[in-house]
Amino acid sequence: MATSVLEREAPAVHHAHPKTGLWSWITTVDHKRIGILYGATAFIFFLMGGIEALIMRAQLMGPNGTLVDPDTFNALFTMHGTTMIFLGVMPLSAMFFNYFIPLQIGARDVVFPRLNAFSYWVFLLGGLFINFSFIVGAPPDGGWFGYANLTSNRVMSATAAAPSPGMNIDFWVIGLQILGIASIAAALNFFVTIVNLRAPGMKMLRMPMFTWMSFIVQVLLLLAFPVITVALVFLMMDRNFGTSFFLPDGGGDPILWQHLFWIFGHPEVYILILPAFGIASEILPVFSRKPLFGYTAMVFSGAFIAFVGFGVWSHHMFATGMGPWADTFFSLATMVIAIPTGVKIFNWIGTIWGGSIRLTSAMLFALGMVGLFIIGGLSGVMHSSPPADLQQTDTYFIVAHFHYVLFGGSIFGLTAGAYYWWPKMFGRMLDEKLGKAHFWLMFIGMNLTFFPMHFLGLNGMPRRVYTYPEGLGFELWNMVETAGAFILAFSFLIFIINILKTWRGKADAPADPWHGATLEWSIPSPPQEFNFPTLPQVGSSVPQWDAWRAAGGKLPEPARINGDHIHMPNPSYWPLMAAIGVFLTLGSLMFVRELPGKWFYITIASALWLFFSVYKWAFEPPH
Amino acid sequence: MLTRPDKSRRAWLYWAAALGLLVFVGGCAENYPQTTLLPRSDFTRLADGVFRSTVLWATIVFVLVEGALLFAIFRFRAKPGDPEPKQTHGNTTLEVVWTIIPAIILAFIAVPTVQTIFKTSLPAENPEVTVEVIGHQWWWEFRYPDLGVVTANEMHVPVGKMVGLRMWSADVIHSFWFPQMAAKRDIFPIFPNTKYKKINPLWFTADTTGNFSGQCAELCGIQHGRMMLRVIVQTQEEFDAWVESQRQGSPLINAGALPPAVDSVRKADPVMQAGQAAFLAGGCISCHAMAGTPLAGALALRGPNLSHFGSRTTLGAGMLENTPTNLAAWLRDPQGVKKGSHMILPRPLTETEITTLVAYLRANQ
Repeated sequence: MATSVLEREAPAVHHAHPKTGLWSWITTVDHKRIGILYGATAFIFFLMGGIEALIMRAQLMGPNGTLVDPDTFNALFTMHGTTMIFLGVMPLSAMFFNYFIPLQIGARDVVFPRLNAFSYWVFLLGGLFINFSFIVGAPPDGGWFGYANLTSNRVMSATAAAPSPGMNIDFWVIGLQILGIASIAAALNFFVTIVNLRAPGMKMLRMPMFTWMSFIVQVLLLLAFPVITVALVFLMMDRNFGTSFFLPDGGGDPILWQHLFWIFGHPEVYILILPAFGIASEILPVFSRKPLFGYTAMVFSGAFIAFVGFGVWSHHMFATGMGPWADTFFSLATMVIAIPTGVKIFNWIGTIWGGSIRLTSAMLFALGMVGLFIIGGLSGVMHSSPPADLQQTDTYFIVAHFHYVLFGGSIFGLTAGAYYWWPKMFGRMLDEKLGKAHFWLMFIGMNLTFFPMHFLGLNGMPRRVYTYPEGLGFELWNMVETAGAFILAFSFLIFIINILKTWRGKADAPADPWHGATLEWSIPSPPQEFNFPTLPQVGSSVPQWDAWRAAGGKLPEPARINGDHIHMPNPSYWPLMAAIGVFLTLGSLMFVRELPGKWFYITIASALWLFFSVYKWAFEPPH
Repeated sequence: MLTRPDKSRRAWLYWAAALGLLVFVGGCAENYPQTTLLPRSDFTRLADGVFRSTVLWATIVFVLVEGALLFAIFRFRAKPGDPEPKQTHGNTTLEVVWTIIPAIILAFIAVPTVQTIFKTSLPAENPEVTVEVIGHQWWWEFRYPDLGVVTANEMHVPVGKMVGLRMWSADVIHSFWFPQMAAKRDIFPIFPNTKYKKINPLWFTADTTGNFSGQCAELCGIQHGRMMLRVIVQTQEEFDAWVESQRQGSPLINAGALPPAVDSVRKADPVMQAGQAAFLAGGCISCHAMAGTPLAGALALRGPNLSHFGSRTTLGAGMLENTPTNLAAWLRDPQGVKKGSHMILPRPLTETEITTLVAYLRANQ
């Protein structure tokens, strides 16, 4: 099983795995198929998050908007944030982790293929669970940051003034717990895979930069998610079992939630951006025909960002009144992060400097990512200064800042990755003309939507307000932003048209359409199930360019071979069954207040199902 | 290779326009009553000073780095038949330089930042006026413990005097944001049995008189967006006169008991008498303290103290101007005006009651 992909010479055992049909996807343990599942699912969630944003922009288009109710608006921004972070950007990154980490390190799969499938199914069920809240009319509405004691159902137990709490926040708490399990399982898998399954000769400092940044992200995930897990357990206990972790009238402290949340939440920001950094670091060299400038500095600056990223969380809390010493510490630590980030940007410019730049769609998105991230980085330095942040925090200035890093950074980077790797994943080239139209519309729409938010924030518009009155001067820029948001949406429509149009064409993309530098370009597009007929030997961080040079500038198209002699892991439905067990076990906690005294029968039954599935999984016959 | 209009030139124009806009907007900040860019107190000038230095550095870095990026894109575009570019892998000197230069720039930001932190994050030492700010879902309570005043949503302060704020919340976390003079600080709930009472400070000395606005900046529930406040900066004389009138019937003075002279005038006033009866009969008294009623001295009720409602310029925490029409609409259907508000009528008020209450509330100057 898992070990089989480790073996250089696999025994010639042949089992016909189903190759097509729904069942083949449900039982798949192939990292490439799981990557595609991640990508397709995340893209749909991403579109939902986009629609939530469009409704908000329509509401804010003019003063005193009445398109949606205030509680609906609160649900929209809560779900927009939650969706884009946990169901959009993270799983879109996971798509690339899944598909390309094994290819880039020259492996046949991840170390734990069934755990990989399990991660996907848990993610899918968690995403559906949170969004199911819309169907029952109780969407989470406490913000993606879920600050206690607003999200505690007893605001004041002494007066019992709060009406009977809805399930809104329960959906958020339990949904994030489910998603956290998916993230931690996946992170363990990729961490172990990168450490153990690199092709012969691929030392750590020869790994492709995308794999390097992904590796760092897995470490961040492993260290950050347990914190949010604990915080969510506390919150769940406060809501359901009468504890007072965050309740001021029971000896608790709502600021504790903020510390726990941001100890997770700030590394989470790097979880969202580092994959995009990695993708840009793949694309810029390829389309400049030059190796990455300062490879080692790029690795260590990424690691340094991640490390210091655990020591800056309270910069989200400068307005809470932590006192001058804490403000000073977190301010200086935050400023320090600008240094390695600057190193990355300078090295990217150094990479294209003196190169031979081909402005393909992928390259445009990668360059756009660099250019837009600079703006988000600079506004980030502005609110690293607590006195300035006392004005900026919780205003649209912050919304502008993090959309420049998350939309301009992460989404541009991930889109660059989509254009770059699409031929490898699907054997089809995307249309370059449509791709460039996509880029320019997205670039213009992005700046129209988010740049005026700087002005609005500095001129007094707070975040998370469902409307604003006339006379505060917010009308013009809100109108511009709404127009920009619809341009952004239109740009994604072009992307979808591009996908649909090229999907009808022949799957005849060459193995290496871009003159790529890394191992994924040495095998056919799309790769065969076993990826590499024989494991490659790696002598540098640009093995495919080495092969080109050795071959005198031209490589033959790699042949598809009959891989029946290569033993690959068997398909299995137990990962899905176990994921359903996780989903039901945690989901049963929704009924604590609804079915007092009875809910734990559901929990116990679900947990038994989970154990049974894991047992069957563990003792599944290997052949 | 596709031939396209010159990308870098277009991008340059775009960025130049964006920068121009930034300057334009900065210069036009007086059209924004809640702007942070026109500080009007000692406190916000401190914050603004640090902010402006970061803007200066950020602009310089922005122009240089984006300029280098665009120059490289423009200059190093591939041409057909280009030979393979020189395969450079790095340049240690260069990399050391561009690590050190940002560090130096950051030091220029860090030093004034830290100096300012030690001023802005500590409470005022000798405030001339102390105001207690208490956040409620979704309105603001202002108490002047030394002056004996309790009011809501509109804070009066004298110009040129150091105002010290002591702030907390009665329910969830809010954030007091008064952009032109006091910037922003979160406020945390304190209940009677709260162990760790966190009272957050702010302070400011207003430069000019006038009406200024602010609002809650931390998500605090359904009506977070309509939790506004006004600050009315007055001359010392105007402020003293305001205090004098607000002291009548204040819960902080004689438990809300009115002076006998005032009381007897009210008892002879039919508007006051009818209004008070309607105030009690309509159930207003269960959430609102009101001079002349049995609960005049209550401090911990759900709704704002209405003893001087007639002197306020807005209602519903800055949502509506305080006019008879708006007030009648609010009393008729508070949930329709402000969904989710904690103003829940025990029973619908009759039109007669509404007319009586409007006259009564507005008469309570």
